[in-house]
Amino acid sequence: MKVFIPDALRSYTAQERCVSADGSTLDELLHDLDRRYPGIRFRMINEQDQMRPHVAFFVRGQKTRNIGESLHGADEVVIMQALSGG
Amino acid sequence: MITQGVDLESGHVLIVATRKGLFFLQGGDDRSNWTLNEPMFLGHIINHAVLDPRDRKTLVASSSTGHLGPTILRSEDAGRTWQEAIRPPAFQKGPKGQVVSHTFWLTPGHPSEPGVWFAGTSPQALWTSEDDGATWRGMSGFNDHPDYESRTEDPQAGTPDGPVPHSILIDPRDAKHMYLGLSGGGVWESLDHGESWSPLNNGMATATGDPASDEMEIQPDSIEWLPIGPQHDPHHVVMHPANPDRLYQQNHCGIYRLDRPGDTWQRIGRNMPAEVGDIGFVMGVHPLDDQTCWVFPMDGTDVWPRTSPGGRPVVYCSRDGGLTWQCQNKGLPERGWFTVKRQAMAVDVGDPAGVYFGTTSGDVWGSMDSGNNWSNLVRGLPEIYAVEVASIR
Repeated sequence: MKVFIPDALRSYTAQERCVSADGSTLDELLHDLDRRYPGIRFRMINEQDQMRPHVAFFVRGQKTRNIGESLHGADEVVIMQALSGG
Repeated sequence: MITQGVDLESGHVLIVATRKGLFFLQGGDDRSNWTLNEPMFLGHIINHAVLDPRDRKTLVASSSTGHLGPTILRSEDAGRTWQEAIRPPAFQKGPKGQVVSHTFWLTPGHPSEPGVWFAGTSPQALWTSEDDGATWRGMSGFNDHPDYESRTEDPQAGTPDGPVPHSILIDPRDAKHMYLGLSGGGVWESLDHGESWSPLNNGMATATGDPASDEMEIQPDSIEWLPIGPQHDPHHVVMHPANPDRLYQQNHCGIYRLDRPGDTWQRIGRNMPAEVGDIGFVMGVHPLDDQTCWVFPMDGTDVWPRTSPGGRPVVYCSRDGGLTWQCQNKGLPERGWFTVKRQAMAVDVGDPAGVYFGTTSGDVWGSMDSGNNWSNLVRGLPEIYAVEVASIR
């Protein structure tokens, strides 16, 4: 399925804005994404398998904080990252 | 991950880690004309970056951003190309729920152990790599010790930006002999390659106060002195490279020296001018002369502004092991209100030794005659966290 990558993480995807990854849950998809683009998952998910506070995940257009969110073949996953701070 | 490379083929190079990227200042063989390279990893928080003195081509840098998880960046060609660590420092998943905030300190291992590195993270934990920083594992003798909580500082209290390990020092005569500074948490020594640690805090004054506050006062004598705990706050500990039995320390509470096998720190900062005091962050030592060291005093009065006392930036140098101190401010601005953080002073191996420091206002100052005369090498960088000097041959 399609995964949209935020600017700050496109160094991992050779600047590709939209990439493919597979999984029946968001967690599986992020592991698959990490296999394809090593290191990218840890920037978004900490070692306790928690989403980092300022990274947002949208599945089927809805924001989710549930890493176990179910995914279906036609779903799109959009990853967004806050740019607050100075 | 590839980014713009730099040429580090010869001369002296300052590696400047900042809040918004990594910079290189190249000084050539004679240190007379310093050139600033384009920023690398612009926007990334670089707490520390170190060139491996064992091969003079491996560079390791700690990186994080405001929102993404922390990682380690590494280069095997002196900064020309970079890769991200395959497995950066990360705690085990478990009930303690610890999450690495950032890697604060990096130390190359002993010359007999090529490829070995050590790192300190916040929350306070130690890590080692055996493959030039590609993969890291926790040092369980420290991280999982039953007394971990009493030895270290609560991540929710104390040091701004989190409590940190620092000053991971390797005895050049014995790879198993190490020292460690915890801010807060004191000075520790290991004789078994970091498997076990013993406190080395005798003689050190301690800090006390509201642990949730940034401001801590030096503890009065009426309060019981304890050998371990976050009230001990070494800011920077240095092992003299030519005399590994001599340690210098800039502590939250003063300037100290320890000559091993002794185990009691001597407060050599008592010999500083009273109006200047002996509060600060950095400690620099001469590469050959174990009697010569440098400090950059900070204002530790009132609410501890940690700018130069009276707003007059000055380096102090001792050439007799801390018995006497000389003011070195020729060329420094008459007034200035910046801080020099604990990793932001470096001393090169030139003759005479070059001394450098970076400021929170983004300036790098250097002296090519051991502190007698200072000049500005660059202005306008982001807030400087660390300055390392490397001599490339």
